[in-house]
Amino acid sequence: MKIQFELNGQLVDATAHPGTTLMEYLRENAYYSVKHGCDHGECGACTVLLNNKSVNACLFLMHTVEGTKIETLESLSSHEHIHPLQETILNAGATQCGFCTPGMVLSLEALDREKRDSDENDVRDALNGNLCRCTGYVKPVEAGLEALKTRKGQSK
Amino acid sequence: MKVIGKDTERVDGLALVKGKPVFADDIAIKDMLHVKILHSPVAHAKILEIDTSKALALEGVAAVFTHKDFTPHYYTTAGQGYPEPGPRDMLILDSTVRFVGDRVAFVAAETLEIAEQALELIRVEYEELPCIFDMEKAMTAGFALHPSEGTSGIHDVSRNVAAHLDAELGDVDAAIKTSDYVFEGTYSTPFVQMASIEPHISITWLDDNNRLVIRTSTQVPYHVRRIVAEVLDIPVSRVRVIKPRIGGGFGGKQEILNEELVAAVTLKTGRPARIEYTREEELFAARLRHPELVTFRLGFDNNQMLTAIDLNILENCGAYGPHALTVMSVTAQKALSMYKAPSIRVNGDGVYTNLTIGGAYRGYGAPQAFFPLESLMDEAAEQMGIDPIDLRLKNVFQVGDDIPIAKILGEGREGFPMVLYSTEIAACLNQARELSNWDQLRHQQQTGRFRKGLGVAVAGQGSGIPGIDMGSAFIKMNEDASFNLQVGATDLGTGSDTALAQIAAEVLNVSVDKIIVYSSDTDLTPFDTGAYASSTTYISGSAVKKAAEICREMILEQGKKLLQVESAEIIDTSVVAADGASMSYQDICTKSFYTEEQVQIMGTASHMSYDSPPPFNATIAEVEVDTLTGVVRVIKVVSVTDAGQIINPKMAEGQIEGGIPQALGMALTEFMPFDEKGRPINLDFNSYHIYTALDMPELVVRFADSHEPTGPYGAKAVAEIPINAPAPAVTNAIYNAVGVRVKHLPVKPAQILHDLKL
Repeated sequence: MKIQFELNGQLVDATAHPGTTLMEYLRENAYYSVKHGCDHGECGACTVLLNNKSVNACLFLMHTVEGTKIETLESLSSHEHIHPLQETILNAGATQCGFCTPGMVLSLEALDREKRDSDENDVRDALNGNLCRCTGYVKPVEAGLEALKTRKGQSK
Repeated sequence: MKVIGKDTERVDGLALVKGKPVFADDIAIKDMLHVKILHSPVAHAKILEIDTSKALALEGVAAVFTHKDFTPHYYTTAGQGYPEPGPRDMLILDSTVRFVGDRVAFVAAETLEIAEQALELIRVEYEELPCIFDMEKAMTAGFALHPSEGTSGIHDVSRNVAAHLDAELGDVDAAIKTSDYVFEGTYSTPFVQMASIEPHISITWLDDNNRLVIRTSTQVPYHVRRIVAEVLDIPVSRVRVIKPRIGGGFGGKQEILNEELVAAVTLKTGRPARIEYTREEELFAARLRHPELVTFRLGFDNNQMLTAIDLNILENCGAYGPHALTVMSVTAQKALSMYKAPSIRVNGDGVYTNLTIGGAYRGYGAPQAFFPLESLMDEAAEQMGIDPIDLRLKNVFQVGDDIPIAKILGEGREGFPMVLYSTEIAACLNQARELSNWDQLRHQQQTGRFRKGLGVAVAGQGSGIPGIDMGSAFIKMNEDASFNLQVGATDLGTGSDTALAQIAAEVLNVSVDKIIVYSSDTDLTPFDTGAYASSTTYISGSAVKKAAEICREMILEQGKKLLQVESAEIIDTSVVAADGASMSYQDICTKSFYTEEQVQIMGTASHMSYDSPPPFNATIAEVEVDTLTGVVRVIKVVSVTDAGQIINPKMAEGQIEGGIPQALGMALTEFMPFDEKGRPINLDFNSYHIYTALDMPELVVRFADSHEPTGPYGAKAVAEIPINAPAPAVTNAIYNAVGVRVKHLPVKPAQILHDLKL
């Protein structure tokens, strides 16, 4: 089965078996920021952006991403550069084991793209799909609020 | 201090926020086999026949293992010191299965899909056997779940008692008889799961020298090496265990859960092999917190001072006994290390049932102790007409007190004498009282549908296992004045690599970025018992401090030699002589490498402690009870902790902030029910509900000023302490709100409604 979609800014011609999920495809192709936590769209560890919305990659069979724009955390930073959201999360001490961090960053990025004036409820709502067993969400929420506030002042 | 007590960027932080491939499964290995386990669908049965021929015939299947492939060798999967304190009652594969989820067989195949298909082709004929699902009936069942032949360390095979403990100081019966007040209550805590977001994952391969490499998400690399070598009958020298970053453990990864299976595949086929649990397997075939049924009797005199504590424990081990003895011991130790009572007694039995296996989970028996103890203290305070905070302040152990239970009850043997060198529990209670507005809110008359209440609880934990836990460190200097710090200690996501780097940096007068940490690799880092029992900062941290001090001394001596002076001191990062001559760290190391007095500047040290200073915590919860539905909502949790000197405030806060929702989960939302056949019901995160960002109450987290004289820079442990007090604080708050005393967790709205008398 052949599927064409945009992955981190590049057009990709993918070959996948029917039944392969986007999560499996991405991990098989070394997009390791996409984590495997539950297979049921419950934990959010495999969060990616699909047409700017945060989704669970384990819930998308490959044929359903035809023609879409997919972004993984790998696209947010480069060798020299770190995304402001990541920087805020790092400085806030909002990452502990770090397994859910990629998903959290992308959920916050999706919120940022969708909405300008996010408050704490928006941030909690955005992170609600990202289960974290380490932080109690305290520092991730603080970091999310701070990062989105800082970015509000800047042109996007 | 320049580094200790300051926030510093995590040494692994940048890689983690960038989503770098740092976890066990973030690696592609050529020709790797995928391993899947066939789990038992029945709770107790003998395997009469097992036919693997169809599975083996399936294209892409490399190997199928059943009990016939292994010479029986009993072991324990508990990642603990040696000799292990618990029973050896488990085989890699057995001809009897003892719970739904027990291992029947495992398959190695070219792909995961083929492995899954192969499982369906294995034909097993079971002869079902009678089951024990109720732990109160285990001892009188009349049949034994485990054989006596081959197994060892089971306390009483015929009565299904995996472990037993009893100890008494003073005369409890006499003290109770003469007490002015006696309070008694029976309470229970349920099965709950650690639920690390990263499942258990292990990958094995043979290196160029035919040695077995195990890359695994473990908290105990050295125990993995020892146990895998033993059960597969290969020398320890042939095994290397590497722990990369791991996605949370909370005790669940203090277990040799799957490593021995993939290792067996690799040894048999010569090929790399991988196993990863699904979420469903995590919930029914990994480990859970041991449920306990606990009865306390508390005696008080007329001055509201404790005269006696009598403790009875019945622990549900599930089908096997890893951690059976030690979890129950911790229940007893922690319950009897909080309050001073002249007479104390404990009697406990850990029993086998045909349910999922109990294991290590953050708190390790202490949450099972503090829920009943702190509930009964609340009841006692009310009955005696004293404020619950004041009752605790009167009875807690003070600095200089001997804690007698520590000596009579060690880990599977007699313990060591323990004196309390630091406690700020009174300060914790007073601060929590203020921050929660206790004196005002506690006595507000509640009317209407939604009623609020406040509850308090205190708790203690330990800092490592006295006389057993050992850590070690190796530090070597580089010519740019950076240092490699190599430790066997295991960062399971807590940030311990960073805390240890801070300790080394403080000793060596350098910034944290000059410390390059490499940890948890049995070939390259020195021995450490592993990350459990809140031991890393206190035990491994002390080893790092000693090694850094040796290294620092060597820098000074080397500097004096190179400066050709008798006396000098280290100022910043130079050795400075009395006459003002000085040499920088860089110059000292460069010359020592290449030109003069050539030597590697380095330090190595180990640390073990007979002390295990308890961190303490006071928690006050504010709840709202809906009297129409019985649903309880936690509004606010105030948590004040004495963890000694805090090494890294943000990381320490993170431990508390993360521990509280785990405890609230046990109190309110997490539950592992089994059906009448012993089949677990909640097998995904939809039904096994852990706290989400929207569930969280307001958290107020503080630390008391404290200094533990035996700890590195005054530090005590911080990892487990937050999980003990929130559950009883919540149930005491429910009592304060609506007068319902919850004795069995989790809180059930139906029970609240049933008991409600408005």
